[in-house]
Amino acid sequence: MADITQSGDVFSATPVRRRPRIKLRHIGDHAILVAGALLMVFPIVLVLMTTSFEDADIVKNGLQFGFEGQMLENFEAAMFEASGFTKTITGTRMLMNSMILGLGFAIGKIVISMMAAYAIVYFRLRFATFAFWIIFTTLLLPLEVRILPSYEAIQSMGLANTYTGLIVPLIASATGTFFFRQFFRSIPEELVEAARIDGAGPVKFFIDILVPLSRTMIAAIFIIMFVYGWNQYLWPTLITTDEGMFTLVRGIKQIVQVLSQTGAMIPEYGKALALSLIAMIPPVLIVIFFQSWFVKGLTESDK
Amino acid sequence: MAQVTLDRVRKTYPNGHEAVHPCSVEIPDGELVVLVGPSGCGKSTLLRMIAGLEDITDGALSIGREVVNDRDPADRNIAMVFQNYALYPHMSVAKNMGYGLKNRGASKAEIDTKVQEAARILNLGDYLDRRPSQLSGGQRQRVAMGRAIVRDPELFLFDEPLSNLDAKLRNQMRIEIRALQQRLGVTSVYVTHDQVEAMTMADRIIVLNGGRVEQIGTPTEIYEHPASTFVAGFMGAPPMNLMQAHIADGVLTLGEETHLPFAAPAVATDSVLVGFRPEDVRLGGDGSMMLHVEIIEELGAHRLLHGKLGGQPFSLSIGKDEVAGLGAQPITLPRDRIHFFHPERGTRI
Repeated sequence: MADITQSGDVFSATPVRRRPRIKLRHIGDHAILVAGALLMVFPIVLVLMTTSFEDADIVKNGLQFGFEGQMLENFEAAMFEASGFTKTITGTRMLMNSMILGLGFAIGKIVISMMAAYAIVYFRLRFATFAFWIIFTTLLLPLEVRILPSYEAIQSMGLANTYTGLIVPLIASATGTFFFRQFFRSIPEELVEAARIDGAGPVKFFIDILVPLSRTMIAAIFIIMFVYGWNQYLWPTLITTDEGMFTLVRGIKQIVQVLSQTGAMIPEYGKALALSLIAMIPPVLIVIFFQSWFVKGLTESDK
Repeated sequence: MAQVTLDRVRKTYPNGHEAVHPCSVEIPDGELVVLVGPSGCGKSTLLRMIAGLEDITDGALSIGREVVNDRDPADRNIAMVFQNYALYPHMSVAKNMGYGLKNRGASKAEIDTKVQEAARILNLGDYLDRRPSQLSGGQRQRVAMGRAIVRDPELFLFDEPLSNLDAKLRNQMRIEIRALQQRLGVTSVYVTHDQVEAMTMADRIIVLNGGRVEQIGTPTEIYEHPASTFVAGFMGAPPMNLMQAHIADGVLTLGEETHLPFAAPAVATDSVLVGFRPEDVRLGGDGSMMLHVEIIEELGAHRLLHGKLGGQPFSLSIGKDEVAGLGAQPITLPRDRIHFFHPERGTRI
């Protein structure tokens, strides 16, 4: 019916006003999306609500619905109260450590992989392709495979419990090198030649042309790598024994564990849960703020 | 401004492929030389060798009487305009033009003056703060020109600068580039595969084929006296008609019984290639020469008749007022505009 009237309208001069209609299909789609979103958000809300309870309640009854008066205290304790065996580590300190790890990890990876890709793509090296494939195959080897030798090396260099030891072994990046290589290869050859005629040497070309051209790519990789670095657990656990060096992700567990082992008190669940919420915030913020760059970096080619 | 000399310049790739056979040319100060040839003929390679983007295997290249074989592109005092413009996408028009000067350590004020001057010449004044992506093809082309001008080079190099533009803009930019080059008086080397561009812009043309120089000459020389069948076929649209003719007792014969009313040239072979420009042949005549027209192409200003003469393909260009139909048409061959070529070597006789 509707089709017939529409096809008639094509030839009529007066435009037909259409009422915006809510289609049944759209309702279904949105219902699924909303349900999915709720499903994802629910645990976080549950945790948030639980942080407002006293530790004793949490131990007795598990995760809680509703709000009690303890939320502020728990968050304050999580951020500022010293904890651990040595009572040297606070939430702020852990947040800072995590930030240093996340930023160092992401920036280090970007710098290293950009330079590696630059060498592979733009210089006539003898074994450039071979080197690239060697780097590429390390994608198949997760950190866990080389964790013992890495630990051994860092330990023997005396870099345990330092930021250097925490960050440097992680910053070699096959993924980053691969992304930047693909990106550099898509930059037209003439641009390199124009730069050569304009008197830009290798370093100038890299800094003046390649880096600015790669900025959306850099942003995209920064997001991925920051979140990845922030969420590192195994390596920080191994390499930091000094509590002052703990990162958030590692520290949360420590809080629960330490207090339950000392046994004198109830584990500080409220504080731990507050800390895990705090740990979620920076990656979320990064993704929200860099989202448009991220999409651009992966899809747009502004060459 | 400078004179450019190529002395037996040669390019052999590591895999043994000889991209440019020894080539010697002298380009006087202020001249615009066009390198023309089909794709893969080595014209771009030769240009890139002059620019310093490709190594010169052998021979000497001098710009302004100095041999520059081993100098970096930046130190040759040249400027190059690329086919796809090669503008830096993240820089404004002004920055694009000034980048080379900045790298040479020019002062901000100097860069500014020169960029303004170039922008004025090229009518880019309103666009200096824009990014290349915000410009049209023709404007981008002008920015690329501007980048070349501000460097105040001794030599301009153009690598098919117009082939990314549409036909109308191409004609317009062709004239602009030529006018600009003449005004600035800078020696230029211009690469193109378009023979119209070559004919219209060049002081002199170098026709390349398979890495070899086929002919060097002014557009008129190249057109009137092509040195080989290759040049004859490449320059001019539609190309010259080239036909195999037999020589028997000084009489030239096409196919079985079409006798040509000219004396054969004095050659040792028993056949020869005869060439006529389609526009030199006239429609009408005494009927001794009949063209069998198979296709008529209407081009507005003139018309092309394609058919067979003595069993061999033949084209003829007629004015828009002349009337011709399909089938047998009498034609008259020009007596004074005949080109003879060697049947095997293809060289002019």
